[in-house]
Amino acid sequence: MNKQITLAMGNGGEENNELINKIFYKAFKNDILEKSEDAAVIHDGALAFSTDSFTVSPLFFPGGDIGKLAICGTCNDLAMMGAKPKYLTCSFIIEEGFSIHELEKIVRSMKKELAKNGAVIVGGDTKVVPNGCVDKIFINTTGIGEIQKKGISSNTISSDDVILVSRDLGRHGATIFAAREGIELSSKLESDCASLTHHVQALIDAGVEITALRDATRGGVSAVLNEWAKQSNICIEVQEDSIPVSQEVYGVCELLGFEAVNLANEGTFVLAIKKSFLKKAFEVLHSFENSENAVKIADVSYEYVGKVVLLSSYGTKRFLDTPTGELLPRIC
Amino acid sequence: MMITAKIEVLNMKELQLKDLYDGFRDPEVIKGFAKLIEEEAKKLSHPINIMEVCGGHTHSIMKFGLPQLLPENINFIHGPGCPVCIMPKERIDHAYILADQEDTILVTLGDMIKVPGSRGSLQDIRAKGADVRFIYSPLDILKIAEEYPDKKIIFFAIGFETTTPMTTALIDIVLKRQIKNIFFHINHVTVPEVMVELIDSRDEHIDSYNNRIDAFLGPSHVSVITGSKIYEKFPKEHNRPVVVSGFEPVDVMEAILMIVKQFNEGRCELEIEYKRLVTYGGNLKAQALIENYFEKASLFKWRGLGNIPDSGYKLRPQFADIDAEKIYADILPNEEIEDHKLCICGDILRGMAKPDECTIFGTACKPQSPLGSCMVSSEGACAAYYKYGNLLK
Repeated sequence: MNKQITLAMGNGGEENNELINKIFYKAFKNDILEKSEDAAVIHDGALAFSTDSFTVSPLFFPGGDIGKLAICGTCNDLAMMGAKPKYLTCSFIIEEGFSIHELEKIVRSMKKELAKNGAVIVGGDTKVVPNGCVDKIFINTTGIGEIQKKGISSNTISSDDVILVSRDLGRHGATIFAAREGIELSSKLESDCASLTHHVQALIDAGVEITALRDATRGGVSAVLNEWAKQSNICIEVQEDSIPVSQEVYGVCELLGFEAVNLANEGTFVLAIKKSFLKKAFEVLHSFENSENAVKIADVSYEYVGKVVLLSSYGTKRFLDTPTGELLPRIC
Repeated sequence: MMITAKIEVLNMKELQLKDLYDGFRDPEVIKGFAKLIEEEAKKLSHPINIMEVCGGHTHSIMKFGLPQLLPENINFIHGPGCPVCIMPKERIDHAYILADQEDTILVTLGDMIKVPGSRGSLQDIRAKGADVRFIYSPLDILKIAEEYPDKKIIFFAIGFETTTPMTTALIDIVLKRQIKNIFFHINHVTVPEVMVELIDSRDEHIDSYNNRIDAFLGPSHVSVITGSKIYEKFPKEHNRPVVVSGFEPVDVMEAILMIVKQFNEGRCELEIEYKRLVTYGGNLKAQALIENYFEKASLFKWRGLGNIPDSGYKLRPQFADIDAEKIYADILPNEEIEDHKLCICGDILRGMAKPDECTIFGTACKPQSPLGSCMVSSEGACAAYYKYGNLLK
């Protein structure tokens, strides 16, 4: 491992995993942590517990802002364990000189998103640091949720399952990239940033047999699928032409040499459900506006255990690997 | 009836980006070409090795899994056309040292910042506090220079004929507007010279590869700038057919069919598959800009291949005021640095070996910690093999 922290170590991909394994897991090792789920399941399976820190530039982007992101992020992590978010804490690290007006805007959007989730902030902390010590504002949120359905785990996916995504991929990553780098798009590209609590609740209420859920944040869907393939000792066979990608995102990807499956999402989740519940799952997902295009993208086999295979519509296949390195555009 | 229905569909739908490339990724067309190639390849008297010169082609071929669609007697040799991969450690060290200067912002393109020189990569020096930035278009540097008037902005310019005109366009503006805080470290290289080197190397110990490359797939975007004329000598003087091809799977498959047909029909020609943009003469305005500001460097060292005559550009002497290599001559080292001993990138680039035949491939040498040139960028042959992996023949 590199002797210094590099940006690649925060990419949600391989270097990130290495850092976590070699530094954090090594020090903090315990049974709950090692399950490596989106949220820790504690208290005899009754509660889910998760934390996440948020830094994004620009702070306000099409489709959301850092405040909305901070609530969605933690609530979605809880929802992915089949839990209903209940209590959150939040910590702010704010740079000297930051505008109160902007802070109010951020807090307002946090309030709005909390209401959507039916969760409340029950504690917090504020630190102000000298100019240049943080980039404007960093927010941490930590949350507890009541588990509505036990046993959701990314360690038990099998060939009885099919894999779905809730909507088109890569919107958040493409939006932030375009905003940050000043790429002017003539069409309307917005982050997918959204809370997923109600989607999950509706799936549970409809009796859909859920094996695993994960929101495809940093590292995108390819990171999720690769983690699942390894955790469950399965091979995930993705039908390439079934992967939903919007025109706008495809455009950014084609221009810069990215793949939408590697781009971050903030309101898109991957589902592993029992095959026989596919129709029911679609009925539920298609009733929500932001998952009305949910589709099945993959089957599970044991051909290349621990690997994700991408099948093209003209008969070739290749591995889809965990993204590595910093997300950098190709040169030519 | 059919025609009316079709017109209605067209009227209803606005033209989308996807419409522009969809036809070039059409599964049925790809399968159709695979069938035609298979038929045609049966008539070949010997197996043929096609070198795709450009890293972009390597990337496409791997991403779309095209070798799986081709018969046994057609092989790809992955060429040296990745500007990041071929950058020697000496020049990356230059960038590293320049980035480390006070009040300096070093700017470069994309994944150049990942590649390690002998002291580390630009990513490493950035982690130590240097201001290193990547941009999409060299013209973005104007904004940085305006924002930081007290800093020196050094552009570590890289790339083949495709990116060279963008650098000269920036130089043109910098000189005309008399912008005083933008400097250039030029590392632009050219395609035909390295192709000649691969065919006609004077290096004794690699003499045996001489007949490995049977034909070339020429990159279309290079020829959009240079025209197809730069490849004229290959069929004529070197007995190697060249087909200038686009990057979509249908383009590549069609180009391969064109090459195979040339062999079967006893022809050896320069042909253009990418007729939608490539002309014989190319972009004359871009060529004039390059000619105006650059001259050929007598030697340019390529990582994995060594010194190749006339294969790189440098600023003409009258532009020494903006030439970082001249301004910082005192602190930029010139000693040669050897490539890693176990690395066989030179052989891979010459078509002598495949990436997975290398002893350190995927073990000591990975995309996250590359030792050799072909692993450093996503367009390098080793990185493409590593990423798209062992499902390929």
